[in-house]
Amino acid sequence: MELNELNDDAHDTGIGGAMDEELQGLKKELSKHGIFTTTFEELYNWGRKNSVWPLTFGLACCAIEMIATTMARYDLARFGAEVFRASPRQADLIIVSGTVTKKMAPQVVRLYNQMPEPKYVIAMGACAISGGPFRDGYNVLKGIDRYIPVDVHIPGCPPRPEALMDAFMALQKKIAAQSLTGESRPRHLRAGEPSEFPVPAHGEHGLEPPLNPEVWNPLKVIQE
Amino acid sequence: MTAEEIKAALETGIPGCAVEVIVNGSPAAQHSLWIDSAHGREAAKFLRDHAELALDYCSNVTGVDWLGAADKPGYLEAVYHLFSIERRLGPVVVRMRTGNRADDVHLPSLTPVWRSAEFQEREVFDLYGIVFDGHPDLRRLLMWEGFVDHPMRKDYVPPPEDDAPGDQAAPDAAQAG
Repeated sequence: MELNELNDDAHDTGIGGAMDEELQGLKKELSKHGIFTTTFEELYNWGRKNSVWPLTFGLACCAIEMIATTMARYDLARFGAEVFRASPRQADLIIVSGTVTKKMAPQVVRLYNQMPEPKYVIAMGACAISGGPFRDGYNVLKGIDRYIPVDVHIPGCPPRPEALMDAFMALQKKIAAQSLTGESRPRHLRAGEPSEFPVPAHGEHGLEPPLNPEVWNPLKVIQE
Repeated sequence: MTAEEIKAALETGIPGCAVEVIVNGSPAAQHSLWIDSAHGREAAKFLRDHAELALDYCSNVTGVDWLGAADKPGYLEAVYHLFSIERRLGPVVVRMRTGNRADDVHLPSLTPVWRSAEFQEREVFDLYGIVFDGHPDLRRLLMWEGFVDHPMRKDYVPPPEDDAPGDQAAPDAAQAG
């Protein structure tokens, strides 16, 4: 491709996008000739995404589906996540599987804080993402994303093992797409970004604070 | 024994004990007995040790909030479901009422009579705010220490911050769009 053509592309997709496309094309061409090329970033992320160790942690009926996902029939081990660690210090992923009560929420945040970076969160099921059928109850947290940053939300009550595997693959894609340098690098590679989040306290009427505004970014509902 | 017969037995067995049969008009016809709380513990012991009834098992304790009209305070109620495993009969439903819903919320604990009432009375204390006098360990069971409300009361209002802005289709969100 001529240089001016490349520049024309750059107008549409940005220089980086055009360069990436060029490199991907080159990689593909070389692989046809039996030459494997990669980058350090790709290799690093490939290793990370295929050995995500979840925390042995479950809260309610979703945990039963999570356990089923790890067993022989669904076999999460195929994705490199067969080692459920019983200590947050050794885990990369916390699957919040089930109803988070207000009594339990501080412990969930504390477990997340104890995990080393890079760490990821899957909120599994209607309760974990929003409170679900217990949303109007007095004792249920209306979504764990009020206190910790959630990477993948799975709806369902409970979600089937296939849904959890789909979420896991979505997380793997997210990890593979993370760049190690530059402005778009993830949180754990930014020196100033927090890796721990405030643990809510049990107040007289509910959790204090009721949410962490730095973490909680709900989608705005726009009505015509 | 019918509810009326139990009432008569209680009144003769415990002098001064007021008992009332609360008729259940539904097809189940599961009538219950209101017992005045001053004689509650005595009446419970009487029912447990009665030769014919032998109500040796308390299967369920729950609360009811009878929220009064604007000029009445209303009252709280504790309901006990009693069975006899020995005689294979039951349930005999026993109720006790508090004076009001604010400051006179004391009832005698029946845990000394039926040990199985311990955690269930704690639950009723937690969620309805009935104070059981004579309970060996009256602490909140489900909510945390330091929580002040009683969530199963009918006038309970959850904290407003639970539904934070952006959580639902709020009017200001519509304007922002």
